[in-house]
Amino acid sequence: MRYILHSDCNGFFASVECLHNPEIRNKPVAVCGDTDMRHGIILAKNEIAKKFNIKTGEAIWQAKEKCPELVTVKPHFDRYVRFSKEATRIYSDYSDRIEPFGIDESWIDLTGCVKSFEEAEAVAEEIRKRIKYELGITVSIGVSFNKIFAKLGSDYKKPDAVTVITDKNYKSIVWGLPVEDLLNVGRSTKKKLNSMGVFTIGELASFPYPMLKANFGKWGDMLYTFSRGLDMSPVKALGFVNLPKSIGNSTTTHRDLVNFEDAKIVMNVISDSVCRRMREQSLCAGCVTVYLRDTTLTTITRQCKIHSTHISSEILSAALKLIKNNYNFEKPLRSIGISLSDFKPDYEPEQLSILRDEKSRKRQDSLDQSVDILKKRFGSFCVRPAILLSDRKLAGFSPKEEHTVHPVGYFG
Amino acid sequence: MKQYISVTAKFDEDGNLLPLKIHWNDGRSFEIDRVTDIRYAASLKAGGMGLRYTCRIMGVKRYLFLEDNRWFVDAKT
Ligand SMILES: [Mg+2]
Repeated sequence: MRYILHSDCNGFFASVECLHNPEIRNKPVAVCGDTDMRHGIILAKNEIAKKFNIKTGEAIWQAKEKCPELVTVKPHFDRYVRFSKEATRIYSDYSDRIEPFGIDESWIDLTGCVKSFEEAEAVAEEIRKRIKYELGITVSIGVSFNKIFAKLGSDYKKPDAVTVITDKNYKSIVWGLPVEDLLNVGRSTKKKLNSMGVFTIGELASFPYPMLKANFGKWGDMLYTFSRGLDMSPVKALGFVNLPKSIGNSTTTHRDLVNFEDAKIVMNVISDSVCRRMREQSLCAGCVTVYLRDTTLTTITRQCKIHSTHISSEILSAALKLIKNNYNFEKPLRSIGISLSDFKPDYEPEQLSILRDEKSRKRQDSLDQSVDILKKRFGSFCVRPAILLSDRKLAGFSPKEEHTVHPVGYFG
Repeated sequence: MKQYISVTAKFDEDGNLLPLKIHWNDGRSFEIDRVTDIRYAASLKAGGMGLRYTCRIMGVKRYLFLEDNRWFVDAKT
């Protein structure tokens, strides 16, 4: 039997801010990105703000409509990193297998350290109390025999609580929950499952496997194992670094993008920033994904495979092609993003192609490298493609230096 | 209220850091008679978190917090 904890800091950003500002602690508080820009959104809220039905991701003005006395504060990312490290310090007193999931969640594998769910629960209780005492914020912890149920457990009762989901009681706790509570079941999967008459995790678990497979392909395997508590994925040891699953960036522009030319300018800037981050880590990408969000806040995501590369111009042209082929600008775009994935180290030998001008690729490559060095020394604005001069305001941001919080996925 | 203050401290041979004297921002300074406890703790009153030194200063117990490399106390206003 495995004993796995999932610890989740409750309203992390908001809790950290409330600890630092005693005077706002008893008020509804939301941490917001860009509080004075029109695209400011809620990044996190405290328990009191939660009661007003404030949602993460909604616009500040929407939140203020529901709760006019809402206190909005700016995020302090250095504080969150510090608190995250301190939480990990506490976890590491109990195991060396600690796998972070985003900045405020971690799995902790106690297998081999404890011999029963009672003992695992006692450790969870100790961690919960220590976090509260030593960090001044709260966590909710799920205890179970796989990562998926442990995560459900940390969501089950919060804040400041421990939920144990054993091999004996999981059916009564987990199976009544809605399918969308399961990790990786997003809006579209939920919709599809609901249309098949599957609303709870229990209904999913008893759904015939061949039909899941037929409807969801590989994803069907995941739904099957997750819902039945059969997930075997290990908790990675602390410090074990994978190749990143993806490097991405997105931006909400100061005015809506009304045509392809606008999108091209903005994509130039953010594509440059992600390419530089990729090269910094000596990686080549094999897949490009673009995110397009229109003014009605509908988002589409499109991706394509590419010949593994870290050349800016190749990534950019793949991204632009995706936009051109998939979007007609009937509705203007409010935000736009790009993410790279399918990485391999860029020092691996590469198959040259007679269908491409390898000589010119090599020149492109060394041009990128030189510009990277220049930008590192003199800032992002020191060398820029001429297209960015056509609308200086639209192009006038530097995403690489700005902080962005990227959502994480279980499979990346 | 959280107040950062200047502190005279000493590293011993083992690398342990011990505060010896605190210096208030108004110029007064006080010897620390004894450190009775060191542990990680949050200060809800001051609004912060760090390594908390329980100190005896002129017979009175006071908490001194080390936040990365800055010292703070909960100052009475
Ligand atoms: Mg959380």
